[in-house]
Amino acid sequence: MPVRVLVAKPGLDGHDRGAKLVARTLRDAGFEVVYLGIRQRPETIAAVAVQEDVRIVGLSILSGAHVGLTEKTAKALRDAGAGDVLLVVGGTIPKRDVARLEAAGAAAVYPTGTPLETLVESLQTLSAQIAAPS
Amino acid sequence: MDDTVRSEAGIPLEVSYGPEDLPASESIPPPGTFPFTRGNFPDGYRGRLWTFRQYSGFGTPEESNARYRYLLEQGGTGLSVALDLPTQCGYDSDHPDVEEEVGRVGVALDTLADVEILFDQIPLDAISTSFTINGTAAIILAFYVAAAEKRGVDRAKLRGTIQNDILKEYVSRGTWIWPPRPSLRLIADTIEFCAEEVPRFNAISVAGAHFRDAGANAVQEMAFTLMDGITYCDEVVARGRMTIDEFAPQVSFFFYTHGDFFEEIAKYRAGRRRWARIVRERYGAKDDRSCMFRVGCVAGGASLYAPQAHNNIVRVAYEALASVLGGVQSMFTAAWDEPFALPSEDSATLALRTQQVLASETGVSRVADPLGGSYYVEALTDEVEARVIEVMGDLEQRGGMVKAVEDGHLHRLIADEAFRVQQTVSSGERPIVGVNRFQTDEPTPEMEGYELDEAGRARQLERLVEVKSSRSAGDVAATLDALGKAAAQDDVNLMPLLVDCAQAYCTLGEMVDVLRGEWGEFVQPTVF
Repeated sequence: MPVRVLVAKPGLDGHDRGAKLVARTLRDAGFEVVYLGIRQRPETIAAVAVQEDVRIVGLSILSGAHVGLTEKTAKALRDAGAGDVLLVVGGTIPKRDVARLEAAGAAAVYPTGTPLETLVESLQTLSAQIAAPS
Repeated sequence: MDDTVRSEAGIPLEVSYGPEDLPASESIPPPGTFPFTRGNFPDGYRGRLWTFRQYSGFGTPEESNARYRYLLEQGGTGLSVALDLPTQCGYDSDHPDVEEEVGRVGVALDTLADVEILFDQIPLDAISTSFTINGTAAIILAFYVAAAEKRGVDRAKLRGTIQNDILKEYVSRGTWIWPPRPSLRLIADTIEFCAEEVPRFNAISVAGAHFRDAGANAVQEMAFTLMDGITYCDEVVARGRMTIDEFAPQVSFFFYTHGDFFEEIAKYRAGRRRWARIVRERYGAKDDRSCMFRVGCVAGGASLYAPQAHNNIVRVAYEALASVLGGVQSMFTAAWDEPFALPSEDSATLALRTQQVLASETGVSRVADPLGGSYYVEALTDEVEARVIEVMGDLEQRGGMVKAVEDGHLHRLIADEAFRVQQTVSSGERPIVGVNRFQTDEPTPEMEGYELDEAGRARQLERLVEVKSSRSAGDVAATLDALGKAAAQDDVNLMPLLVDCAQAYCTLGEMVDVLRGEWGEFVQPTVF
C-alpha cells in the first residue's frame, strides 16, 4: 500500500516551486500525493488530512513564518483527532529554528538545499516506522 | 545521443553565425526606430541611464522609511517598495489569520497613516516609486495619491509604477483575492485613472519575472508576459472609452535576467520587437511611443544559490551586464545573500555598487545597442521571437490567458519546466559552480532568517487602533458604502471611490472585504 502524503503551503506565501517539485518527486518515488496548494489555513490542512486519511503532512514555508504556522498546524491536526499523522516541514528554515520546529511537533525538517533524494529517503524511513511500529 | 548544443530554453545553437543569419534590415533599423529591436531611444543610455531601483522594505513604515532615505543618499534614483503578505493579500495587520506575517517580507500598510510615515521627507514629486503590489494594487495607488495630495503634491506629478498584474499571481506568485473577471475590471479602472489623472505613473507592470522564478524558461517567460499584456489591453480597448494611444505609454513590463547571457539579451530585443508589432497591428496604434516596450528587470532570483554564496556577486554582475546589453530601463540587482537571508545593509549596498560600476566604469552605456548587427545576437533574437510567437499562438488557440489560468494549463507548463530544470541540475547536465561543479568543503552559509520585530508589530497594531478611533465613522461608512454600490455596477471607475476611502482612513482590509462581498474569491487549480 503506497503511503499517502499531503503537501500544502500554510500562510500567505505563494512560492510553490519547491512544494510542487517535492510533490512530483514523491509521486515518482511511489508515494500517493495529495497536493493542496498555497494559502491554506491550518484548520483546512487538518480537515483534508483526516478526510484523505493521509499518514504524513508536508508543509512548505518560505516566508519565514514557519514556527508559528507549524505550531498552528500541529494543533489543528490534534484538534481534528489526527495527532498521529506525521508532520514534516521544508523551506527557508535557519538551523537555529530546527529545534523549535521539532518542539512544535515536526517529525523532520528539510531546510532549503536539502537534496530531493535525501528527502525521499527520510520520508521512506519515517513511513517504514509508521508501518511497523516497534 | 543528442549532441546538439542548446541554450537554456532549448534553442539549438550553431558553432558560429555569419552574414546569412542576419534578418531583413527592416527588422533591425537604427535604435529608437519602430519596431525598436535595437532599443527605445536613438541615443541609447546617453540620454537617460537606466534607473537603479533596489527592492527593499520590511518591518514597520518607520524602518522602511529609514532604509529608503539611506538608499537615496547612496545614489539610488528610485524606490521600490516591498510589502508584507497581509497587505498584498488584502488583510489588515490585526486579522487573526496573519499574525505570523505582519511586517515579515515587506512593510505593512493598513491605512493612509502608514503611507504618510513611509514617505516622510521623501520628495514625492522628484523620485519615482515602484510598488510590487497586485491584488491590492488599486488600493495602494489610492493611498499613494491621497498621501501625496495631503502633502500638497499634485497627483499629476507622481512618478512610479504599481505592478498590478493579477494574471501571473493566479499562476505563480499567489497574492490573488478576487476571480479574474472583476480583477481585470479593476485593473482597467486603474489604467484609465492613471491615463487621465496620474499621467506620469505606470498603471501596470506586466511581470514575467514570477513565471520565471516559478520555473518558466526565457521563451515562456516572454510569451506568457506578452499574452498577459494583450489581455489587459484588450480589456481597456473593449470598453471603448480610450484608444490604445491614450494608455499604452503607461504600460510597462518586468522580467528576471538569469544566467544564459546571450539568450537573455536576445529575449529583451525579441520582446521589444514583438510588443511593438502587437501594439501597432492588433490595436492600430498611431503613436510610436505606444509601441515602446518599457522594461524593468531583476538580476538574481532563482539563478542564485546558497553554496559558495559569494559566487552570486559574480552571477549578478554578468546578469546586470546582459540586462543592459538587452536595453532595459530599470534594474534591481539582488544581494548575494538573498538565497538565505534578508539582505544586510552591506550586501544591499554592494548590489547597488554593482550597477554603479557597470554604469560608470565599463563604458557599456556609451553606444546604443552595442551588439546590434552581431550575427549570433540577431539570429538568436529572431529565434527567440519565433518561439515566443509559437507559444503565444498555442495559448491563444486554447482560449487565452484567463482560461489557461482557470483550468491550470499554465500551472502545468511551468511545473513541467521547473521539474526538467531540476533534473538537469541534479544530473549535472546544467553546470552550476559550487553546486554540481567545483564543490568545496566551504560550509553553506547559515540561513539567517529574519526575527520579527515584536515591538514593531505591536506599534503597527497600536497605530491601527489609534487610526480607527480617531477617524470619522460616518465618513468610513459612507465611502465604503459608495464603493460597494459602484463595484456592483460594471461601468463605474472605482479608483476615485478608493481614493475617497483612503482619505477617510478606511483600512485596506475594509476596502477588500467590501469588494470580496460583491465579487467573491479566486480558487486556484492545484496542479503539480
